[in-house]
Amino acid sequence: MAKKANGTGDCIKPNDPRFKELKAYIDSVRGQQGINIMVLQEAQRIFGYVPLEVQKWISLELDDVSVGELYGISTFYSQFNLTKQGKHKISVCLGTACYVKGAQAIVEALQQQLDVEVGGISEDGMFTLEATRCLGCCSLAPVMMIDDDVYAKLYDTKQIPEILDKYYLESELDEEMDEAIESEVDA
Amino acid sequence: MANNKVNVTINGVEVQVPEDYTVLLAAREAGIDIPTLCYLKDINEVAACRLCVCEAEVNGRPMRNLPTACVLKVEDGMVVRTDTDRVRKAVKMNLELILANHNRECLTCTRNQTCELQKLCYEMGIDMERFDGEKRTVCIDDLSPSIIRDSSKCVLCGRCVSACAKIQNISVLEFVNRGVNTKVAPGFGYSIKDTDCIYCGQCINVCPVAAIKEKEHIKDVWAAIEDPEKHVVVQTAPAVRAALGEEFGVEMGQAVTGKMVSALRRLGFDKVFDTNFSADLTIMEEGYEFINRVKNGGTLPLITSCSPGWIKYCEVFWPEFIDNLSTCKSPQQMFGAITKSYYAKKANIRPEDIVCVSVMPCTAKKAECARPEMQVDGHRDVDYVLTTRELAKMINEARIIFDKLPEAEPDSILGEYTGAGVIFGATGGVMEAALRTVADVLTGEDLKDIDYEVVRGIEEFKQASVTLPIGDKQVEVKVGVVSSISAAEKVLTAVKDGELDLHFLEVMACPGGCVHGGGQPHVSAKDRIDKEVRAERAKALYSEDKRLPKRKSHENEEVKALYDEFLKDPNGPIAHKLLHTHYAEKFIYMPDVDERV
Repeated sequence: MAKKANGTGDCIKPNDPRFKELKAYIDSVRGQQGINIMVLQEAQRIFGYVPLEVQKWISLELDDVSVGELYGISTFYSQFNLTKQGKHKISVCLGTACYVKGAQAIVEALQQQLDVEVGGISEDGMFTLEATRCLGCCSLAPVMMIDDDVYAKLYDTKQIPEILDKYYLESELDEEMDEAIESEVDA
Repeated sequence: MANNKVNVTINGVEVQVPEDYTVLLAAREAGIDIPTLCYLKDINEVAACRLCVCEAEVNGRPMRNLPTACVLKVEDGMVVRTDTDRVRKAVKMNLELILANHNRECLTCTRNQTCELQKLCYEMGIDMERFDGEKRTVCIDDLSPSIIRDSSKCVLCGRCVSACAKIQNISVLEFVNRGVNTKVAPGFGYSIKDTDCIYCGQCINVCPVAAIKEKEHIKDVWAAIEDPEKHVVVQTAPAVRAALGEEFGVEMGQAVTGKMVSALRRLGFDKVFDTNFSADLTIMEEGYEFINRVKNGGTLPLITSCSPGWIKYCEVFWPEFIDNLSTCKSPQQMFGAITKSYYAKKANIRPEDIVCVSVMPCTAKKAECARPEMQVDGHRDVDYVLTTRELAKMINEARIIFDKLPEAEPDSILGEYTGAGVIFGATGGVMEAALRTVADVLTGEDLKDIDYEVVRGIEEFKQASVTLPIGDKQVEVKVGVVSSISAAEKVLTAVKDGELDLHFLEVMACPGGCVHGGGQPHVSAKDRIDKEVRAERAKALYSEDKRLPKRKSHENEEVKALYDEFLKDPNGPIAHKLLHTHYAEKFIYMPDVDERV
């Protein structure tokens, strides 16, 4: 079963070294007007998402902003994620053209294959599944994007496993490379 | 510049108003009421509800669409119409749209008759449910000891959001999500009980509907009164008498002490006592604590601990000031502790058979009485807390005609009080009461000049200094009085940074003190334009203080008897066990809570 991230983000601890980076940013903008959104954006860049722990930390670090206010901002703008995101983001276009051409079947196939709900993250942390509005390439409908790669005319959902395998393979290669570098360093 | 006047014509009526006026305020000068729902003077002027739309013309040129009067600044020669068919239709339509997803259970709603939305519907002649939209999801947060939120009643006016942000600068409540999913809530789906909410209830006071209300104890109190085994004792806080009358058509600013006491007797309480008594007791304890701290080099400034909203704020946001807090319990809790010890003994009743009820102008008092440490030998100091509004409801339920009640005096032996106890209900009152006693004790004289006018009034922060003999030298005692959390935050920052040197600081969480607490009768946004609620209600207390023969806490005979017979010395061992407590840092938004709403 895909683990549903619960929004409390129990993986970020207050002593996470990445908070130092965020603090440096906050210090560089401190005192300016209306920095709440900027700080949240930077936090999301650093952590990938802005869960409770991060927002609590920000509210303590910035004078005069409560968790409530930060949460309000982060739920108003769709760019903010409160839950952990996968290594790769799959966006399936559900705009009119793609929908008519059968994009819903792509979403369903992905849900089944990754055992994940729309907006959720696969158990292995590889993929986040998102349904999006028009991606602006209707002539290629139905369209799916993984990160910046566009997959066009996906009439046949049987292609999906093959596409996903590419990312798994890449990831394995990355890991092997890391290991190789590590063992070299050790040697 | 604000004195410059401009001429505007509203519905054909010419008025001259200051140039910084909005059309809404100018219309009032012209005797014209513009409907509003989200508007709250100086606090929430955001043009959200769209009920104050009007037609306006500047220099003969009509403004586009229908501007909102609550934020539209007047201009010289402006012509405004609020009585056209176009405006009437627009206002009605906007009101009907607000109703479309509102949980319309008016007959059984706690705000029936005090609801500003209900009143508007009546005034605007809404006679049918034209739109029947999808209702807002019912999401009730009743986990906190004080405050209940019911999102199905919320009209998204934003008054509570602004009150929390501007009056208290805490911002627990915020608009979350967007579009049709917008709601007002704390962060991350937490119950208000796990957040930085201090339960001051200012949000309840400003809510036009019943989206935020107090957790009622009425049924529990009726049950206790009905129970023949129980001896039910009631205490009423000073500020309650200053506002209770408003619920029964008495003009704001009139104390109704005598009638209130009669009403409580008729409701069936076995003894009707007075929190003013324990306010006097608090002064004895806190006064001596202050003298001791100054003499013995204790932590200063000593900060008062009567306001439970302030206490929680301090525990969450300023743990470094916890040692400054007076260890005295609040008058409410002292009263409970004395009732179940001294009074129980004198009246020969087992403490477990006594139910201690308090009537408070405050919602935070409900949370205070539920604090685990507020008990002695397993007996809760206070069992139930009613707000002023709840008491009014009980009086109504009992079909008592308030107007015809005779005047009565509270019972002995916990009912006598002095003027010092009465003024606790207004900002500056605790400080003035403390100074009256501390000055007498230190000089050994019966001082006559006891009206400390400088600490009175509704200004956020007031300062004074009095030279008093402490030990063997003359000390210039510097005191400060602050009300509302946003103001307290500034004062604490100044104290922390060494910019403000104080010996004694009174903090009240609500602006104006308890008279303007979160449990007081609702005052509509319209009435708030014309009346300064805080000052009016405080007047009632100061005039009662003036008329009382005794105005210093240490002159209270029943308090004296309490010390002679039972407590022995202020700050002594028995007093410490019963009347003092300790505070500790509190944490918010903890990740391991399992209840979310």
